[in-house]
Amino acid sequence: MTEATIYEISSPGRIGFRYPACDVPETPLPAGLIRADLPMPEVAELDIIRHFTNLSHLNYAIDSTLYPLGSCTMKYNPKINEDVARLPGFAFSHPLQPVETVQGNLAMMYELQLWLAEICGMAAVTLQPSAGAQGEYTGVLIIRAYHQSRGDTKRTKIIIPDSAHGTNPATSAMSGFEVVGIATDSNGNVDIDGLKAILDDTIAGLMLTNPNTLGLFDQNVEEVVRLVHQAGGLVYGDGANLNALLGIVRPGDIGFDIMHFNLHKTFSTPHGGGGPGSGPVGVAKHLVDFLPTPVVSIIEEGDEEIPPLYGFRTPEKTIGRMKSFHGQFGMMVRAYTYISMHGPEGLRDIANCAVLNANYLLARLRKTYHVPFDRICMHEFVMEGHLADAPEVHALDIAKRLMDYDFHPPTNYFPLIVHEALMIEPTETENKQTLDRFADVLIKIADEAKTSPELLHDAPHNAPVGRLDEVRAAKELVLCCWLPEKI
Amino acid sequence: MFTPHTDADREEMLRVIGVHKLDDLFADVPAAHRFPLLDLPPAFTEMEALMQMEELAGANETAHDLACFLGAGAYYHYTPAVVDAIIRRGEFLTAYTPYQPEVSQGTLQAIFEYQSLIANLTGMDVSNASHYDGATATAEAAVMAYSHFRGKRTRFILSPSLNPQYRDVVKTYMSGYEHELLGCDSEPLGKPNDLTALLNDNTALLVVQYPDFFGRIFDFTALIEKAHEVGALVAVAVNPIALGVLKTPGAMGADIVVGEGQPLGIPLSYGGPYLGIFATKKEYVRKIAGRLVGESIDGKGRRGYVLTLTAREQHIRREKATSNICTNQGLMALAATVYMSFVGKSGLRQVANLCYQKAHYAAAQIGKVPGYEVKTPAPYFHEFIVKCPKSVEDTNLHLLDHGILGGYDLGKDYPALNGHMLIAVTEMVSKDDIDALCEVLAEVNHD
Repeated sequence: MTEATIYEISSPGRIGFRYPACDVPETPLPAGLIRADLPMPEVAELDIIRHFTNLSHLNYAIDSTLYPLGSCTMKYNPKINEDVARLPGFAFSHPLQPVETVQGNLAMMYELQLWLAEICGMAAVTLQPSAGAQGEYTGVLIIRAYHQSRGDTKRTKIIIPDSAHGTNPATSAMSGFEVVGIATDSNGNVDIDGLKAILDDTIAGLMLTNPNTLGLFDQNVEEVVRLVHQAGGLVYGDGANLNALLGIVRPGDIGFDIMHFNLHKTFSTPHGGGGPGSGPVGVAKHLVDFLPTPVVSIIEEGDEEIPPLYGFRTPEKTIGRMKSFHGQFGMMVRAYTYISMHGPEGLRDIANCAVLNANYLLARLRKTYHVPFDRICMHEFVMEGHLADAPEVHALDIAKRLMDYDFHPPTNYFPLIVHEALMIEPTETENKQTLDRFADVLIKIADEAKTSPELLHDAPHNAPVGRLDEVRAAKELVLCCWLPEKI
Repeated sequence: MFTPHTDADREEMLRVIGVHKLDDLFADVPAAHRFPLLDLPPAFTEMEALMQMEELAGANETAHDLACFLGAGAYYHYTPAVVDAIIRRGEFLTAYTPYQPEVSQGTLQAIFEYQSLIANLTGMDVSNASHYDGATATAEAAVMAYSHFRGKRTRFILSPSLNPQYRDVVKTYMSGYEHELLGCDSEPLGKPNDLTALLNDNTALLVVQYPDFFGRIFDFTALIEKAHEVGALVAVAVNPIALGVLKTPGAMGADIVVGEGQPLGIPLSYGGPYLGIFATKKEYVRKIAGRLVGESIDGKGRRGYVLTLTAREQHIRREKATSNICTNQGLMALAATVYMSFVGKSGLRQVANLCYQKAHYAAAQIGKVPGYEVKTPAPYFHEFIVKCPKSVEDTNLHLLDHGILGGYDLGKDYPALNGHMLIAVTEMVSKDDIDALCEVLAEVNHD
């Protein structure tokens, strides 16, 4: 099933949308600066609606099925969030309005900063970073600025475990740091002896994802933090997996100096087919002055009668600006709504159920699939998509076969330290029936792998298209419907 | 609350797992810090949450209630109803990055169409799947130029009439690389040719804006030629609405086009989420940061789309990646795709023309108000500078009292432009709004 492109359904002269007539006297457009042609589609309103509705039917999404992408926290995204973000008072506020006219926005942002700080045990939070990767970037720039402010210029390296997301090393390199890898021990924790061997006064910090990408809570985390601090480094917490920790433990309490949040994972803002994300960053007391500019603050204290006046402040030793304006505000509105609908007990129930669901699936699957680091997991777990009695079948084949049963596949081939990895994160919003059906299907697929492996090799059979030729895509590089001659 | 389990479910699941109670699942968490009591307000129901959010939203006065003359990087435009109808569909809204192309063709084809529309609008060969916003797209252009020259060219020239926030973000992004940033201290209202003196064979990138931060439009063809003579790359930051009528940066020879895509059907939303446009020439396609979608076929010869050239990206290359970017602004790119497709060829021309005409009428009228002076000479698009007799802050407070959201105070970024206001005019204001603005401005001068 394929859908024509928007250019293919365009008809010269067809008009979909009209603007009102010009109500002022007209001035000629500047001669010499006018484009010759405007190669844009010409379609009617129904053409547009059908086209994009048909395209939408080609997607699997949370609203239609289980989407257990490990590390992505594909939980249900409440519909009320969408309504709230579209309230005219939020949606039509201009980012450069006088602060007196947007006290609703600023009060909400101020409180969200406080809530996130409370949830992770940090002293202060910036809402500015656009996504998790930019949150990491913010955090690593803060690490650099902190050491520089102390005249400690020899700290040029960041330690990153081999299980980390690719964004961690990419971020460190972008910030001018050398990346030093560290292995995972046989229990799935950071290798303490390996860590001791590389810690010295050239280490600026360590980036740690906890629970890590194996879905395991690092049993040595306090020792890891202690050792890094002893060597004069800072500890950065990648908050990708915070869903497992809500009301369970606060990273700040175990000594993390900095961490980022993914509002689009933990706090239910929609993933939107790959963004927008939102990646606020929390820091401990000694790093508050380095936060990016601006942060939302009270600029005039209130009293019993008058509410405080909220505005912006530039931290004293700020690392600068990460993006235009104040962050992904629409995502903040959604996350704020979500947190206010949970309260302390509700947040803890999220973590409880996320961890319960992952362990339940793990318990149902560990007899069929090999789980290399097999202990109580947190919100996700990683198993091998390779079966001893079906040597020709790979994780990718299992992933594609799941599509035939209407499930989105888990993350595959990540983390890199597990052979043929299938990384499964069911999230807390899936019910037991769905989990059982998913486990049943995975067990059935393992059986198919033995009896009829071609079913897996040729999968998916029922998806809108079969496996696509990625080599051809990269070789021919067709990146546009068509391009006119230079205009 | 969105967790579905009954008590019976929980018990049965714990039994299958082989533990007695939920808390047993958290034995690895340091006991001293386990189960903190979070100091947060108690949970609201959906009804209560909505009331609370309506109250917060209601505390704002916005472009919806006021006549909006504020721009400076974010613009109030009309968004046709179809845009929200499409981007609210759960199949788009609640999908993720299309790592599994067979079940993500909707997202992939929409991105492919976005890339096509942006390439055609800017006159470039290729567009990526988007960046976070105009500022970060500009910063990614600087990082790309740096790595294109393998760090051997270290001069980066930013036009003084580049959006000051873009400049700040470029500065942040370049802080990990050895480089010099020039151009920021030049005369803000200078001409493009003033920048040629800064070009040398150590120059990696020159960034100009079109229309510039002050609304002016210049043909950069000659400047770009001069930059190319010394081997430098040129990035042009655009307002995509202006390209509905204006000559494209591609036609001027630009190597990279970046820009803020917000005007393409994305609400002001207090500054985000927006859309970072990034397009370039074919020869630099392997240097682009961020995601790219390419066309291919499946085993049965059916057309389909995949993420391509992924070897540039962080999840493969880790510390050797071209950027750390992971997500793009998928949903905002979809909004822009629906907007550009639906408003289409005739609508994009119309909206650009309406902005141009109303801005020119407004400038002419304001120029007649005693005490005010329009400082932007033609040609300009839909923004212009007005020198005010009173402080911009006071002027704006007065305008607010009359239901008008005044322009941007340029003194905040340019000390030389103290007392100067940047006024933006879009299709959302009427002739009556403009006439009312002039009346109130006259009053301010008399007070």
